[in-house]
Amino acid sequence: MLYGVGLSAILGLLWLTLSGNYTLSGDYPLIIMLGILSILISVGITLRMRILDRETVPIVRAPHLIAYWAWLGGQILAANISVLKLIMRPDVDIEPRLVRVPVDLRSGTARCVYANSITLTPGTVTVDVEDDGYLVHALDKSMTDPAGFAEMALRSDRAADGQRTSEDGENS
Amino acid sequence: MYIFNFIIALGMAGAMAIMLSRLFAGPTLYDRVLAVNSFGTKTVLFLLIFSQLVGRGDAIDIALLYALINFVATIAILKFFRYRSLEIALAQMSLRRAVDDSFGEDDEPEDQS
Amino acid sequence: MSAMEVWHYILLAISVASMTAGLVFVLAGAIGVIRMPDFYTRMHAAGVTDTLGAELIVLGLMLQSGLTLTTVKLALVGLLLFLTSPTSTHAIANAAHKAKLKPQLKRHRPEHPADRGPEERKS
Repeated sequence: MLYGVGLSAILGLLWLTLSGNYTLSGDYPLIIMLGILSILISVGITLRMRILDRETVPIVRAPHLIAYWAWLGGQILAANISVLKLIMRPDVDIEPRLVRVPVDLRSGTARCVYANSITLTPGTVTVDVEDDGYLVHALDKSMTDPAGFAEMALRSDRAADGQRTSEDGENS
Repeated sequence: MYIFNFIIALGMAGAMAIMLSRLFAGPTLYDRVLAVNSFGTKTVLFLLIFSQLVGRGDAIDIALLYALINFVATIAILKFFRYRSLEIALAQMSLRRAVDDSFGEDDEPEDQS
Repeated sequence: MSAMEVWHYILLAISVASMTAGLVFVLAGAIGVIRMPDFYTRMHAAGVTDTLGAELIVLGLMLQSGLTLTTVKLALVGLLLFLTSPTSTHAIANAAHKAKLKPQLKRHRPEHPADRGPEERKS
């Protein structure tokens, strides 16, 4: 129920942004009715596909995910500048690496956020997704720092699932 | 400000031209797909600046649509060149992938009989 | 000159700085796609364009247009680019990997004419 209302609210905001009709005269009531109808149909299709869960509509974890994005923005800035230096050197001097990063995350959302974060950070791209690890291609040897990957994994795990409790087990 | 936006748009067009040269030169298929995808991103940015230049908000909607079509086209091209068909649903791909992997082990035969 | 005008010019200055930096990143990404030696390294160069270059230019345009519906639409385009670019990059990389395109993993450093010693250059 919460996810249905949340998805309707998000779709309604999207529709209002893209249509930009805020008056109630002339033909606009009809257009607004059509908008409400299309939102209801979209939510109905989502219900029928049975994908209306916390993974599709991550509104509960949204503040944490946005805070994580802010941290990721800083990382992206730093990585962009280092990649820019590598690219614009007068003589190209790179040493590409293909490394396997171990992954121990609790949910699919956390895995998705982690893999996308690795790809978004310039210099590292997730090439293959396996059950217990990602295959990551790095532009230079200096970008395959295990501590950096571990911190990103910890933060994405916390953003998607909250703090680890003792029941989850500290087996990382 | 108009002049500045015009210069930025020109620079974006230059970047698009460079990306087109990679599209024609790219040795593998994946270079070309990458060039098309990156070209699409630059086109979206160019359209955004263009809408500011001519003062028409409609171009932003076109840019939004172009971004969506660019993403879907990249995925569709890759899917077609991997499976040579667009008929397989995405949900069945994991099943198909198992078949692919069993075919892929031809160079290392496992049965020692 | 009122406070509003000063604020307006400050916003325009930030916008100019942001869009110039964005253009630098976009052009650097394009040049990197030309310069890098193999497919996987070119992918990283294209990533520079997709993330910071695009977001900086969208930010600059948002500052120019002020508080209107246009700003919200620009933010929507920026969010869309931010969400779809890693997915398509990963899709291309994964397709190349599954097609058994081997990455070049040794150190790439083409010899520059200035690196040669003076004796070699004479001969």
